[in-house]
Amino acid sequence: MAATATPLETDQRIESSRPPQQGRRSLGRVLAWTALGLIMAVTLFPFYWMLRTAFSNGAFLATEPSNLLPVEPTMGAFERVFGLASTQEAQAQAGSGAAVNIGRYLLNSIVVATCITAGQVLFGALAAYAFARLRWPGRDAVFFLFLTALMVPPIFTQLPNFLLMRDLGLLNSYAAIVLPFFFMTPFAIFFLRQFFLGIPNEVEESARLDGAGPLRRFFSIILPMASGPLITLAILQYVQAWGEYFWPLLVGSEENVRVLTVGLGIFRAQTPQGSPDWAGLMAATLLAALPVLVLFAVFSRRIVDSIGFSGIK
Amino acid sequence: MAIATRAARLRTSSTGEPLRPDANGSPRERLTALAFIAPALLGFAVFYFWPTLRGFYFSFTEYDVFNAPVWVGLDNYRAVLEDAVFWNSMKVTVLYVVINIGTQTVLALLLAVLLHRLTRSVLVRSVIVLPYLISNVVVALVFYWMLDAQIGIANQFLGWLGVDPVAFFGDQNWAIPTIALVNTWRHLGYTALLLFAGMLMIPGTVYEAGRVDGASEWQMFWRITLPLLRPVLALVLVITVIGSFQAFDTVAVTTSGGPAEASNVIQYYIFDLAFQRYQFGYASAVSVVLFLILTIVAFFQLRLMRADQSDMA
Repeated sequence: MAATATPLETDQRIESSRPPQQGRRSLGRVLAWTALGLIMAVTLFPFYWMLRTAFSNGAFLATEPSNLLPVEPTMGAFERVFGLASTQEAQAQAGSGAAVNIGRYLLNSIVVATCITAGQVLFGALAAYAFARLRWPGRDAVFFLFLTALMVPPIFTQLPNFLLMRDLGLLNSYAAIVLPFFFMTPFAIFFLRQFFLGIPNEVEESARLDGAGPLRRFFSIILPMASGPLITLAILQYVQAWGEYFWPLLVGSEENVRVLTVGLGIFRAQTPQGSPDWAGLMAATLLAALPVLVLFAVFSRRIVDSIGFSGIK
Repeated sequence: MAIATRAARLRTSSTGEPLRPDANGSPRERLTALAFIAPALLGFAVFYFWPTLRGFYFSFTEYDVFNAPVWVGLDNYRAVLEDAVFWNSMKVTVLYVVINIGTQTVLALLLAVLLHRLTRSVLVRSVIVLPYLISNVVVALVFYWMLDAQIGIANQFLGWLGVDPVAFFGDQNWAIPTIALVNTWRHLGYTALLLFAGMLMIPGTVYEAGRVDGASEWQMFWRITLPLLRPVLALVLVITVIGSFQAFDTVAVTTSGGPAEASNVIQYYIFDLAFQRYQFGYASAVSVVLFLILTIVAFFQLRLMRADQSDMA
């Protein structure tokens, strides 16, 4: 979904267009900073509220709904979602007592997202290289055909894909969740093709004269040069695969392959005593968001700089 | 995604290699290309191209998933026209898109201008894009909790202001605005960063000239930023509108289309038809209609906003 530029280009543009630095603190600037601060606060508050609730004792959430700190702080919600609490302990803190097994869902999500990312980056890089730097008949026609895949709404292909998985007997397997995303996503091909096109021909030319074939040029020259974009792509695709809900819901709702998003949806539908186990639910959502938050903390600059455009005149 | 498409076409004509005399490459190069493209081609054929054809075929059949599909010609399409639930879904979806895109675009423009005129901080940009990286399901659950009718923090806050509690997800009139605004929260920062990247491409000298002429920030926004941003804004709108029409996750996790079909968006209706009522043929026909609508909407948006022409000479 993301339109992208290489980080380098964004940096250069940022350098060439500094914001106006006015010495005086005009009223307008104070108001503008206030507005920006407000937007950031509204952005961050739900994250805080997730944290606050996850560390609260579920049984007391209703009595102190407006307390800004965790209510009767406890790790109980986390013990509950990992299945470490006994039924009585869980029910004492407003849990359902039913097994949630978030550990298993975490594992499933990691397996699925890792496989999807590995496939997309590897096969995306191969295809992108063929489109950007190899000459073969029909190249541009095939590329155009791939682009049309972007136009078809996912639900349109997912109904028949579900039938395909059923007919192959793959329902409720990792393979079913991974396969449709594994070999190709137009975005990955597109993203890397842009980068490969930007590499000067001379770089490969000298290797070509030395007798290096396309295979060797790809692995020993192009791939090392592309490590930055490859990492960025991997992060973006991992985040995307991690958050996917619709497809795993269709083909992988059984416990043994259930990923976090699907597991959370089911957890939310279990409502003991008429109201969901809010503390447990927030502990689970926090765990589901954690890997992405960690990735982001490490790679924030790379991710932020990858959002933009290139080639628009 | 349309942005990427355009960018790619521009690149092919400028830095691609088709101008070389041996445009079809050596036999060895062709063989390598075929090997490199093979996995992506397989993925495209099996999971994009073939299901698209099958989807069109199913839309002309009656198919309950268990017995073989039966050809019924245009019956499904005739039924769509007379289907009150379908028309309600369209109404709900359009309302959703209008609220979501309306608020999101205005706020994102404001936020992008604030960023553009105030700061280049990576930290600030990281914070505002954070919600976009968290999965739809997690976001939906956190807001489901914060907006709970009895003990959600939002209603506590309204209580302090002397406003009666609102059943955000449980009230027919509130369900769609609530879901639309939750998704505005998630996409705001990302959209703003796309617009911000577009603003960086406007030469700083234009603003300096404006300031020399005594233009205020307000005038500069309307006279410089907005007109010069138009092509980028158009493409961002096409991407976000198409995405917005396909809302599903938030609805599925919070309201399941209710109360009384008040949030039964088109994507959820298709899911419901196919996987809860096993009317696969009819569901396929509705998704063909969705496909057509999206194509028409994208076409007119690009035309109306003259996305391919820039005011930047």
